[in-house]
Amino acid sequence: MTHFDEMKGSEGVVRSCYRLVEDWLAHTPPTLLEARRAQAELMFRRIGITFAVYGEQEATERLIPFDIIPRILSQSEWVKLEAGLKQRVKTLNMFIADIYGAQEAIRAGVIPEDIVLRNACYRPEMAGHRVPHDVWVQIAGIDIVRVDDQDFYVLEDNARTPSGVSYMLENREVMMRLMPELFARHRVAPVENYTDELLTCLKSVAPASARGEPNVVLLTPGQYNSAYYEHSFLADRLGVELVEGNDLFVREDVVYMRTTRGPQRVDVIYRRIDDEFLDPLVFRPDSALGVAGLMGAYLAGNVTLANAVGTGIADDKAIYTYMPEIIRFFTGEEPILKNVPTWRCREEDAAKYVLDHLGELVVKEVNGSGGYGMLVGPHSTKEQIAAFAEKVKADPANYIAQPTLSLSTCPAFAGDSIGARHVDLRPFVLTGANGVRAVPGGLTRVAMKEGSLVVNSSQGGGTKDTWIIEDTPGAGQRQQQSQSFQSQGGS
Amino acid sequence: MLARSADNLFWVARYIERADFSARMIDAALRLAALPKAYGGDGTEWISPLAAAGNLELFKQIHDVPDQDNVFAFLAFDRDNPSSIRNCIENARRAARAVRTALTVEMWESINAAWLELRRIESSRDVTKPMPREEVDRFLDFVKTISRDFDGAAYRTMLRNDSYWFNRLGLYMERADNTARVLDVKYHVLLPEAEQVGGTLDFFQWTAILRAVSALTAYHWVYRESIKPWLIMDLLVLRREMPRSLVSCYENLARYLDFIGQDYGQQGVSQRLARSTYTRLLNSRRDEIFQRGLHEFVTEFLADNSRLGGVIAEQYLLS
Amino acid sequence: MRIAVRHETHYTYATPPKSIIQLLRLTPRSHEGQHVISWRIDCDADCRLKAGEDAFGNITHTFTVAQRVSSLSLVVEGHVETFDTAGVVRYAVERFSPLLYLRETALTEADAGIEDLGRTCLARGPLDGLHELMGRIHARMQFDTDPTHAATSAKDAWSLGRGVCQDYAQIFIAAARAGGTPARYISGHFFRDDGVVDQEAGHAWAEAYIPDLGWVGFDPANCMCPCESHVRIAFGLDYLDAAPVRGAQNAGVGESLRVNVAVSQARAQRQN
Repeated sequence: MTHFDEMKGSEGVVRSCYRLVEDWLAHTPPTLLEARRAQAELMFRRIGITFAVYGEQEATERLIPFDIIPRILSQSEWVKLEAGLKQRVKTLNMFIADIYGAQEAIRAGVIPEDIVLRNACYRPEMAGHRVPHDVWVQIAGIDIVRVDDQDFYVLEDNARTPSGVSYMLENREVMMRLMPELFARHRVAPVENYTDELLTCLKSVAPASARGEPNVVLLTPGQYNSAYYEHSFLADRLGVELVEGNDLFVREDVVYMRTTRGPQRVDVIYRRIDDEFLDPLVFRPDSALGVAGLMGAYLAGNVTLANAVGTGIADDKAIYTYMPEIIRFFTGEEPILKNVPTWRCREEDAAKYVLDHLGELVVKEVNGSGGYGMLVGPHSTKEQIAAFAEKVKADPANYIAQPTLSLSTCPAFAGDSIGARHVDLRPFVLTGANGVRAVPGGLTRVAMKEGSLVVNSSQGGGTKDTWIIEDTPGAGQRQQQSQSFQSQGGS
Repeated sequence: MLARSADNLFWVARYIERADFSARMIDAALRLAALPKAYGGDGTEWISPLAAAGNLELFKQIHDVPDQDNVFAFLAFDRDNPSSIRNCIENARRAARAVRTALTVEMWESINAAWLELRRIESSRDVTKPMPREEVDRFLDFVKTISRDFDGAAYRTMLRNDSYWFNRLGLYMERADNTARVLDVKYHVLLPEAEQVGGTLDFFQWTAILRAVSALTAYHWVYRESIKPWLIMDLLVLRREMPRSLVSCYENLARYLDFIGQDYGQQGVSQRLARSTYTRLLNSRRDEIFQRGLHEFVTEFLADNSRLGGVIAEQYLLS
Repeated sequence: MRIAVRHETHYTYATPPKSIIQLLRLTPRSHEGQHVISWRIDCDADCRLKAGEDAFGNITHTFTVAQRVSSLSLVVEGHVETFDTAGVVRYAVERFSPLLYLRETALTEADAGIEDLGRTCLARGPLDGLHELMGRIHARMQFDTDPTHAATSAKDAWSLGRGVCQDYAQIFIAAARAGGTPARYISGHFFRDDGVVDQEAGHAWAEAYIPDLGWVGFDPANCMCPCESHVRIAFGLDYLDAAPVRGAQNAGVGESLRVNVAVSQARAQRQN
């Protein structure tokens, strides 16, 4: 299958935004790249950026592979992508507010009622409740893929507790130290202001009852969580306390944290634990990660949770397929970012098409996750396809189908040479009282195995620094600037 | 600061100090065990470090014979012994990881490096055979460097705020406890009449104690006298210039608790308790202690110290 | 029928907790089939009791004790006038479309057996099908307080073939939903006509949605539709949503719990 390479395009002509990188790669011996990679790994290990791997006798901590060749998007590409992200996230917030409010999207027939109500991510507790400034998703991670040089496709909306932003920030820091010569040739849009923006955003949605400067905390499941490093990193950069459930308690519908000076009121909780674990009195009673009474305080409006409870309804697979219609309904605009075309087998015509084309499609269970209950047509035998056809016929509403996408590739230093590897992109979008902001770039995930489409870190995927640069890099470059970058790299 | 963060900072220091103390006790026992019986090796040298660590009973449940190999394995590597050196290092790292943002990079790296090295040692160790003496020595040296690295990093890099003070409280709390336990285990050889009873036989016991707490040279500097048991007691209990003495530990405990109290604008039970114990130590005289009984004195001190730990926890760490 | 309910919950702790917080669903609301005459909650410790409503409209009380207590008693007492409506529940608080009650929860997840049960029964049409379902559950299950507990799922109880009213209700709900019928969990009290007043726990049954009738109660443990013997307290998707007490405490050890429920026919002179 042919695919779009972000450096060499579809016809093998180097695209202008990659001109300098291509040149740099051509003049850099693999041994030097290898040395840089080793240095990068050492830096990551020193910092302690690890993620926990489970299932082994002792929970081990591993590094996510880091690829030292940056992934590049031009400013004009980013402008378009950013507009699309903002439109999408704005819509997500309007949609969620509507679902827990007037439900106009349901009444207008934009989405079927049962898809919402029967969904486990729809939280009855939130029905009829409003959140400060109607912001439900303060932090969104939108997974984006490309298949050509024109369009960006949204693969998934992450509206619960998207992770990975620490890698975006650390990747940039490591790259600036390791690759001063490459930075000297480009003007790269900075990402380091992300945590500042995040803090502003979190403070802006503090409850009205907060007195003085809002007290923000980051709630983590604890050090055995695979993203614990990110939690402690963010707490550190935000300058807020990293708390666990046991550090908090609720009295008279107000949340307090236990400090050495006694109880201190908490106004905003950037929570990195899922809804089901937040409050054992309301959700899973066996949860030791949450805070008993938290939902009471939340619904009383005395604390803000970011993201809000019940946002999972917006990043569900079944809802995803309706996003283009949802965007049109709430904004009156055409979607800027595309959805991967999806056939909903609950619709008769679609089911017929899917059954006729099972061999070409990826078919998923609406409520399945992690590849369970899924058929990848092109990689399946006739028998598997026939068996799956029976399942679809028996319960069509439970299935959706998508074409197999040919993800774009980028150059990566894999093994001991440079090769094209498939990538995706997770930009992070912040929404506060003062609007929507996307930090230029995001986290590029890369499948380190040739031909592989799996970019998940749990399955050997790596990450790359993502650069947004001016459209024609190197034009108007000043000597002085390149020197200052080099001296920074020497330190 | 979060109560849990303070608790972890407190315990990081305690665990590291405890690991250091265990290594020193093993060191002392190795020295005694190398002596001919006639020079004071009374055959109980491997009981002492167990008794001082307070886990003689647990040891008996696991092993029959308190010989060098068993005791060493138990004190150094046994996962079932909550205060084995390896558990101390692992617990210290766990606590450090939970408060990473409150530690300086240097402190974190010293602990993390120690933990990585411990894992390397454990994975290369042949558990079916006793560890060769050479490796034992290397291991003990390694453990002693951990506390030096960590303390040094804390001293040199930490902001002097409540994070630092809680960390120091853990250190001095543990150190006071350890010193008192050595005295408790060895009090019978420190009694004044022991000189007549034991004569030179006890000399090696005494020097082993002093060596265990790095105080042999200090002894000579302070007293300019030959080794006398009552002076050893004096050095380890009443001498302010001796960093492991009970009075010195309490001087520090009282001081750091005062810092916290002043910073928070509120004093509590722990400040009062630390000050009263400190004052009592400051005003104690050697003869009085022996008159009332060294054993009784130490037992009382251990109870007071543990009470202070409970009070600090109640006032700050659990709130 | 005028029913008097007295529901006592006693906790004791070996090591008293520093604080206790509980979410109580112990207070009934009126609907066509029941009228609440009087109702009160008492506690023997210094506590705060804050009234509210949950997602479904059930009356809740958030109950907090902020100091150490080694024992605690909660007493709920009240009178309810009940009427037989042949199980049909009208004029109750309804916040959601019946579609919500098709949702599977961890406690009401159907396995192949329950799915088959639900589909087979409901193939006969909703009203007959649900009666059939209730009958089959009652016939197959054996009442036994030993093997199951509050966290037992419908499918586990079904394969055990034993359980209490909670298990019966949740099996009924799981099967009804598998058959495409919205169903929900009800917690409440049951007046026994055999003269037994004191009970170890409250009662539980189910309600299912039948297009022309609305919500109709089914009590599979007694194999009957709720009538004037039933006092309806709270409802939800499963036991957890309607649980009389959900609580947490901080640093207490050795909690033990004793529950006494007395359901009797009220005499006029005992009214208050």
